Amino acid sequence: MTDDTRIEMWLGNLLRAGVIVSASVVVAGAAWYLVRHGHEAPAYHTFKTIPENTDGMRAVLSGVAQAHSRSLIQLGLMLLIATPVARVVFSLFAFLHERDYLYVAITAIVLGVLMFSLFAGHTI
Amino acid sequence: MVAMNVLEFSFVVMAISFTAGYLGSLTGLGGGVVVTPALVSLLGVDLHFAIGATLVSVIATSSGAAAAYVREGFSNIRIGMFLEVATTIGAVCGAALAARVPVNALAVIFGVVLIYSAWLSAQQTSKPHADPESGGVAGKLRLAGSYPTASGECAYSVNHVPAGFGVMAGAGLISGLLGIGSGALKVLAMDHVMRIPFKVSTATSNFMIGVTAAASAGVYWSRGYIDPGLAMPVMLGVLLGSVLGARRLAGANVRVLRLVFAVVVGALALEMIYSGLAGRV
Repeated sequence: MTDDTRIEMWLGNLLRAGVIVSASVVVAGAAWYLVRHGHEAPAYHTFKTIPENTDGMRAVLSGVAQAHSRSLIQLGLMLLIATPVARVVFSLFAFLHERDYLYVAITAIVLGVLMFSLFAGHTI
Repeated sequence: MVAMNVLEFSFVVMAISFTAGYLGSLTGLGGGVVVTPALVSLLGVDLHFAIGATLVSVIATSSGAAAAYVREGFSNIRIGMFLEVATTIGAVCGAALAARVPVNALAVIFGVVLIYSAWLSAQQTSKPHADPESGGVAGKLRLAGSYPTASGECAYSVNHVPAGFGVMAGAGLISGLLGIGSGALKVLAMDHVMRIPFKVSTATSNFMIGVTAAASAGVYWSRGYIDPGLAMPVMLGVLLGSVLGARRLAGANVRVLRLVFAVVVGALALEMIYSGLAGRV
């Protein structure tokens, strides 16, 4: 097995683990959410920006601490979005380990775009 | 439409997403692409909420399937990472556009892309492989690789790198604009333009879809497109459906399912285009 294949294998398992963990958190949040809000009327017909969504990670974590079911689902969704990002981060280290600096640079660009979207996405 | 409470609504959304994930996985079109029009047409969900929820399910299915693709030995991490430069930048631009394009125009674009993707994935005719000796940009980037076949490892190289990179940027733009994986367009860029073997193209495309979708997700999240109450049943439904679709029974009649799915996709696409043109989205 080549080095690349071994790294890819490891990354594939990392991705699957990320999906399992985040889906579990979403399931827990879903159960809680449906118990708490199951009888209410859904309102997805008109699009409104929801304040808790735009607040980011700190708001989600404080929501989870206050046992808000929607925040727990959001935490799961954040973990899910972080999963492919983690793959890029680990690829960066793998290319560094192989001293493949061209691909370290290429991976750094991808990571930069992801970071821009995640932390400065509200500016565009 | 019958008024539903959150519990009933969540179960209906989960059932639709499960079906889409199952058929999408069986037919290779991907589940996400039909969830959005189904939510909009059948349940009257706002298009922006629908694309936000669908994008999340795209990350789940592509990340979940990555390990299986890697085990088969078809994905190429260098091609994937290099082309992700194009898809992520395209995706961020597309996500930025999603808020600026009028919602009715967005629906029309969605319908057209849906039909085109379905047509592309129905083709599945592979172009001849690139000559393994070809150098140039592909040589500098060390994109060449090999994949396992019945008669041993088969070496391949990559042609038309700049053109493929350009098509990938377009695929990323569409992905960010519509909240879909746009796997069919990614395979088009790799298989038809860059002449990468079909199996390597599909496996590498799957690897890229999650990262591309994550690039859109940051923008979507800050806009409030990703509503937890809607994203939850969509993500869980599509994920469960696609896992089961991938482990389908050997006896399942895929040809009939493919046909059924093609009809459903066509109907949903026409409905989206009609609604958009009539200004009813």
